[in-house]
Amino acid sequence: MVPTNYYIILSAILFGIGVFAFVFKRNIITIFMSIELMLNAVNLAFVAFSQAWGKLDGQVFVLFVIVVAAAEAAVGLGIIILIARNRQTLNVERVDLMKL
Amino acid sequence: MTASLVVFFALAGLAVIGAVSLILQKHPIHSALSLIVVMVALAGLYLLLGAEFVAAVQIIVYGGAIMVLFVFVIMLLNAGVEEQTSISKLAGPPGLLLVVALAGFVTATIVRTTAGVQGSSQTGAMASTSGISNMLFRDFVYPFELTSFLILVAVMGATVLAQREKP
Repeated sequence: MVPTNYYIILSAILFGIGVFAFVFKRNIITIFMSIELMLNAVNLAFVAFSQAWGKLDGQVFVLFVIVVAAAEAAVGLGIIILIARNRQTLNVERVDLMKL
Repeated sequence: MTASLVVFFALAGLAVIGAVSLILQKHPIHSALSLIVVMVALAGLYLLLGAEFVAAVQIIVYGGAIMVLFVFVIMLLNAGVEEQTSISKLAGPPGLLLVVALAGFVTATIVRTTAGVQGSSQTGAMASTSGISNMLFRDFVYPFELTSFLILVAVMGATVLAQREKP
């Protein structure tokens, strides 16, 4: 039997790595992947608490999170294709039209 | 040290290594493959937690559909090695410090407030899946229907965004 705290700590570590990748990476596709990593970390916490309390609400929430992630991936990758077509770059530092 | 603890640490190590590899890899396709490793490791952890249905959905939807979409877009756009300017390299150390502080704070808070929580009732495979379906189609039926609208809007939005302009 693995203590619930271990899962929570792993979830926090994965979320932290996702935040770091989000601020550090410069490729727009990799930044998008780090968002998926953060969503996965939160899902792990949901399932761990669902098991800890013996209720299934957490697992249902995880299904909703996965649906939202799928919708977000579809729209986000459409936007990425649009950016790449209009500006010929995937580097977020080159996408600075609204910068002073 | 029981067998489940060994499996947990193996899968947790795999997940963390995959996540760190996502940062260290320069090419986006390598980052995508690292993310697939993380997702498969998390699916194994869900199995360990007794959430078989969520593990299957994780493999099918995340590992199967979403990551294929990512790899497809990377190949479609012919994304190359990412370039880091000196300013963005400079952001590394303070960002790392901030993130360690964030993860430590979240961990400390959650662990302190859930110190007494122990996994008690182990739900079986069939009970878990049928329980999820009961809950999804009885208690959460309106949110469930709303997600179908969300998917519809997302599909239409992606189609409109990615289509070529008519000449």
